[in-house]
Amino acid sequence: MLLAFSSITILALITLFIFREGAPLMARVGLGNFFSTEWRPGEGLFGISLMIVGSTVVTFGALVLGVPFGLACAIVLAEMAPDRARTLLKPVIEILAGIPSVVYGFIGIVVLLPWIRSNLGGPGASALAASLILGIMVLPTIIGISIDALQAVPNSYREASLAMGATRWQTIRRVVLPAARSGLVAAIILGMGRAVGETMAVIMVAGNSVQMPRSPLDPVRTLTANIALEMGYAAGDHQAALFATGIVLFAIIMALNTVANLARGRRVKRATAPAAGAEDLQAARDDAPQGESPPGAPGVTGTQRP
Amino acid sequence: MSTAVRRRVSPRQAQALVSVLLWAMMATTVLVLAFIIVFVLQRGLPHVTWEFLSQPPRASGREGGVWPIIVGTLAVTLFAVAIATPLGLGTAIYLTEFTRENRFTRMVRFGADSLAGVPSIIFGLFGFVFFVITLGFGWSILAGGLTLAFMVLPTVIRTSEEAIKAVPAGYREVALTLGATKWQSIVKVVLPSALPGIVTGVILGMGRSISETAAVIFTAGSSLSQVVPTSLFDGTRTLSVHFYQLAREGISAEKAYASAAVLVLSILVINVSAYTLMNRFIRRYR
Repeated sequence: MLLAFSSITILALITLFIFREGAPLMARVGLGNFFSTEWRPGEGLFGISLMIVGSTVVTFGALVLGVPFGLACAIVLAEMAPDRARTLLKPVIEILAGIPSVVYGFIGIVVLLPWIRSNLGGPGASALAASLILGIMVLPTIIGISIDALQAVPNSYREASLAMGATRWQTIRRVVLPAARSGLVAAIILGMGRAVGETMAVIMVAGNSVQMPRSPLDPVRTLTANIALEMGYAAGDHQAALFATGIVLFAIIMALNTVANLARGRRVKRATAPAAGAEDLQAARDDAPQGESPPGAPGVTGTQRP
Repeated sequence: MSTAVRRRVSPRQAQALVSVLLWAMMATTVLVLAFIIVFVLQRGLPHVTWEFLSQPPRASGREGGVWPIIVGTLAVTLFAVAIATPLGLGTAIYLTEFTRENRFTRMVRFGADSLAGVPSIIFGLFGFVFFVITLGFGWSILAGGLTLAFMVLPTVIRTSEEAIKAVPAGYREVALTLGATKWQSIVKVVLPSALPGIVTGVILGMGRSISETAAVIFTAGSSLSQVVPTSLFDGTRTLSVHFYQLAREGISAEKAYASAAVLVLSILVINVSAYTLMNRFIRRYR
């Protein structure tokens, strides 16, 4: 089944081509130039520090809004809502995930920016606007993975805690949340990855000027915006510099993914540890001769669900 | 713990307080979503006329409609899922039916998970240098579709895997005891039973393709064409790219709202149908 390796092959191809385009430039101009604060592609200055600052600022801004709301929704949906409300509310969150990022950006332009301009001052397009829009956009990621993490906590934990006289909220806070901690951390990290990688919505509301933001109302340019804005007309070294920006972005994302995977992996391992026997049964079934197996022999399992 | 000593709120009060707070936050989230959808539809739908849907754009989108853009969007999207479905389904079958957890499945899963996290702009860069430049496809439906196929692959893999896993083991065992080979049991028993779930994955992939902008703008191109694309090598502007240009360049608020309404409406239809399909499918096996 070579098909199974398609995703890993694609990942390798992406890495290869992005590096092939961008790495030579990084080597040629030197890391000193590349990580400086001067982005003047016309003069051979390709410093992307300010874009890294921009990405960092809007990402953390997004988390300030997205994490509390995301966790609150996940707790409500996984622990508190009655079944009927859950079947109604969960699709709502999934629709939130499906709305195109350009639509979020557009809402930002026509609703959020004028509001910021008239109530808080400044140009409107700003780190604050980008953070608010991104904060909404990371919600589905955070909610979805947090719900998985909360549901992976065995019910007996809750029952034991409730039986000892704890209230529902005490149970959630002292038992369920700590037990689901690594999964929740993974959810937040993946939400972070989503915020770092978002492009179109950010371009539309962040203002995009290359400068050090001194207040939340100052415009910023993110790594993603840098690539998307200039890719249309860049050539030569300038284009290579955009690919190099892509390398930095890609490296950040892969690092976040890996950390999230480790956090999630730890949880999976812990949750499945007592069920190790089930895996052996599955193995026995897979290894059983298939053509003329005696009836009943493959029937040893009832362990399809992980 | 020492906190017990200085606690002033009784657990019951805390419980009530927190419930209100959490439900309020949940309600806020839902309201924001409702606001976005209502806002876009309310302002956009009045401008979605038959003329808008059936005419080519004129004056760089200021007048006319989006007909060639709709055709281009559909072509790119369908091409993307046509490529992603066999790849994703193959991976899912391999992961669920042919192996147990080992180093290879972990590697495959890592690949799929990482791919799911890669930002669309990176796919755009990659598609641009690989398909558009290196393979010489130019800005085309082909390059855009392939890039999107790679992007939606993790969605298809994950949903298909869930669907195949949901088919009860008993189905396979009956097929095997009747003398079917493993492959026969997969093709004739498992896949048909898992079909609704697999279709859900494909529909969700279509939704992601339609709403994507950053990955297609550098691969399918952004030039505005008056005519409907006729070959895979034609470039096309997709609806979300068109909408982006209208909104960002401030070309025409009216047309921008109309495009947004068409986008949001199609995404709603796609997501709701995917969700109902999956729900019905899961209920069948529980």
